[in-house]
Amino acid sequence: MSDVASREYEVTGTEARAGEIASLASVSDYVALLKPRVMSLVVFTALVGIVRAPGDVHPVIAFTALLCIAIGAGASGALNMWWDADIDALMTRTRGRPVPAGRVAPGEALAFGLTLAVGSVLVLGLLVNELSAALLAFTIFFYAVVYTMWLKRTTPQNIVIGGAAGAFPPMVGWAAASGGIGLESVILFLIIFFWTPPHFWALALYKTGDYARAGVPMLPVVSGAAETRRQILIYTLVLTPLGVVPYALGMAGLAYGVVSIASGAIMLALAVEVYRRREGAAADAAAKRLFAFSILYLFLLFAVLLVDAVRGPAWLGF
Amino acid sequence: MADDKNKKTDGADGVVLTEEQKRRRRARSLAIALVLGALCVLFYVVTIVKLGPGVLNRPL
Repeated sequence: MSDVASREYEVTGTEARAGEIASLASVSDYVALLKPRVMSLVVFTALVGIVRAPGDVHPVIAFTALLCIAIGAGASGALNMWWDADIDALMTRTRGRPVPAGRVAPGEALAFGLTLAVGSVLVLGLLVNELSAALLAFTIFFYAVVYTMWLKRTTPQNIVIGGAAGAFPPMVGWAAASGGIGLESVILFLIIFFWTPPHFWALALYKTGDYARAGVPMLPVVSGAAETRRQILIYTLVLTPLGVVPYALGMAGLAYGVVSIASGAIMLALAVEVYRRREGAAADAAAKRLFAFSILYLFLLFAVLLVDAVRGPAWLGF
Repeated sequence: MADDKNKKTDGADGVVLTEEQKRRRRARSLAIALVLGALCVLFYVVTIVKLGPGVLNRPL
């Protein structure tokens, strides 16, 4: 734990540690606990769920739902940072986070996460509806307890099962807007669910050392790079046709069909490259390309779904 | 180590914060106040929305 506290002020008769006497955290440290980049993806996918749900929802209610989902996602991030502070300290990618860096005490992160989790679920239930609040509560529980506290350190299938937590936001948004769960919201869930493994395993392929040092049983650490490349390809083979399903079932227009087929083809090509290039810098470069494109792929699919819902399926004139 | 820390500053007993810590505490308190205020506004606006526009028509 950082000894900054003991250098910065004098305490009578007590050994100073961060958070025990006076908090050292700034507002930006608390914001960092929320994992803002993850929050933005959650908000975007939830917005698509809200917009694509049947029926009309008042903009203020929709905004409230989006705000609660965002805060709930942030709460999950804070709880994850509380629990994983020990392994975050061992990984180059995460050792600058507020808790391992000593800027926020573990107890502060826990209290912050729990307060936001309870608050976001309560507000969503009171101001929107109980179904969306229940789904949000389950999402937070699934990420913080099932994934973070159980699966992440015990199985190489951690991000496969745990990835469901990241797939729930469009369903929560759909439930907030419509009061129910529709087939399309389940399809959006499945798209994100099958997107998660190739996305995170591509990252893990070129960060294997980090995960190994921290003792996290990511697939490349446990089963090796070859098996990871094989599974990335398998999941991408499932993902690319799944991405086209909204168009195939008539839920989205031709523009979505074109974008989903084209971007899916690129995603598959990149996954094949990762499968083929197994040595040296070329292998790392292929993994990085797939990781970067996977973010663009998901963003493109959901962005076109959003425009499709707002402008209508024939928004490009065909 | 505890003896080294047994100092009194200007006769004050207990924790003495630096200016930076006081600044951070003020910033955190301000952020909490703003969030609570926004929450009050949110509840007020949503109540109006759920009650409907007729709630503002109240003849004396």
